[in-house]
Amino acid sequence: MMPLPQISRRWIPVWWRNVNVWRKLAGPSLVGNFGEPLFYLLALGYGLGGFIGEMSALPYIVFLASGIVCSSAMNTATFEGLYSAYTRMKVQETWGGMISAPMTLDDVVLGEVIWMGTKSLISVSAILVVTLLLGLIDSWLAFWVLPMAFLIGCCFGAMALVVTAISPSYDFFLYYFTLLITPMFLLSGVFFPPDNLPQAVQFAAQLLPLTHAVAVVRGLMTELALENVLLHLSVLFFYGLTAYWLAIVLLKRRLLV
Amino acid sequence: MPDLIVRARGLSKRYGDKAVVDGIDLNIERGQCFGLLGPNGAGKTTTLKMLLGNTSPSAGELTVLGLPVPAQARRMRERLGIVPQFDNLDPDFSVVENLRTYGSFFGIKRREMDARLPALLAFAALEGKADASISELSGGMQRRLTMARALVNDPDLVILDEPTTGLDPQARQLIWRRLRQLLGQGKTLILTTHYMDEAERLCDRIAIVDRGRILVEDSPPALIRQHIEPQVVEVYGPQLEVWCEEFAQALASRVEQVGETLFCYCEDETALLRSLADHPALHFLHRRANLEDVFLKLTGKELRE
Repeated sequence: MMPLPQISRRWIPVWWRNVNVWRKLAGPSLVGNFGEPLFYLLALGYGLGGFIGEMSALPYIVFLASGIVCSSAMNTATFEGLYSAYTRMKVQETWGGMISAPMTLDDVVLGEVIWMGTKSLISVSAILVVTLLLGLIDSWLAFWVLPMAFLIGCCFGAMALVVTAISPSYDFFLYYFTLLITPMFLLSGVFFPPDNLPQAVQFAAQLLPLTHAVAVVRGLMTELALENVLLHLSVLFFYGLTAYWLAIVLLKRRLLV
Repeated sequence: MPDLIVRARGLSKRYGDKAVVDGIDLNIERGQCFGLLGPNGAGKTTTLKMLLGNTSPSAGELTVLGLPVPAQARRMRERLGIVPQFDNLDPDFSVVENLRTYGSFFGIKRREMDARLPALLAFAALEGKADASISELSGGMQRRLTMARALVNDPDLVILDEPTTGLDPQARQLIWRRLRQLLGQGKTLILTTHYMDEAERLCDRIAIVDRGRILVEDSPPALIRQHIEPQVVEVYGPQLEVWCEEFAQALASRVEQVGETLFCYCEDETALLRSLADHPALHFLHRRANLEDVFLKLTGKELRE
């Protein structure tokens, strides 16, 4: 049995380092994290929405906006936890430098996970402003989407770090994207409610964290009822904390031998 | 601070049934420059990793800066500086930002860090490059910045893993001066290197390790005195074998052929040099015995991969 992570405030400089790097490269980063989901929202929301009209008794673009917020939070954190984190681990040996200072891998992973949550928060904030300007939100409850974005980012960031911890190269990430992230993106209720899918697929979708993220965020951003919040949040916390613990165990096995 | 900066007893690291470090003892005293020499794969890097507390020993006791490692490694590392084998400077940051960021890993406040910056930049001889990006720096400059970075916390012990590998002679000279400067400030240094002249020049004590064990440990002059005849003549050229059999074996205390060169080790080289004067076709180099002779004698002359 591996010990539980040791929490200390030393995660702050790890997070702050990433913030400072991000500030230097904010332009391309924002275009990627904000531009892409925005195009999905506008093209599918208005384009496809014109054909389907309503979904779950909502204008399609309103239905879609809450899904895009979640998938954007997921993708932002996943990219950061895979490609950027792998670069810091392997190519630049940034983590190696950190653990030669008075920091532990527990601090490093916590700082990284919180940074991934922060990055998701940044891209979701931008999308939220657009949805506000387009008049797609009409409730102050939508404010709660921001902490949700942070939570979703931390959860998927930690999951991505587990994959990074066992990756021999960048190419390995395609397995994770193709086999997990893409099906989750399509089946978790981002584009349509999973109600009409085969029973087995519906059941599988219920096991995926994104389904639960969408359920909460849609309740916050639209008139649809906000139900079972505690259950949905518990699933996200379960995935996030388990992944956080596992990432530390696996990274120790990789870096501290 | 204790007088023994590093104390190791029976320190071992095994992977499966292979012992990479096999029961070494170390006593490194304050203010010393201690050299850890050995062929590739001898266990140097693993030993350094254990000193850092970044891998747990399979057996043995280890105290660094008076603290048990790995149990209290984090506290110990607050007083430790590291120059890793490969520069891991942050390519997205400027020179100053690299120092500031690394300082933040030690919990050094921004204001305090800014007060330390001029001295660190002067140490790295990078005063004019404070805002340069890392890609603008030469290899020597990057190395110096990595050394300055290792000093952000004003450490008592600095570990340098091959600090001058890949640098040109001028850059090496500057690094050596800086290492002397650190020793002058009373810091303790642990150094690994493949350059025997560097080790001989800088180190107070040297341990030569091979296959996870310390073969010998002493000061460079003592090692040379104990293991090698004082004079060495390296000979190469046509009909070397004939000359070796007829003259060298009788005139030298010991001869050894490595590739196309014959190493003749002598207590008194006069007769051997006279014989070489009679064989003008042979080229030779007469020099004093050095640490490289000791190293090759103890670790063998065959190629290690």
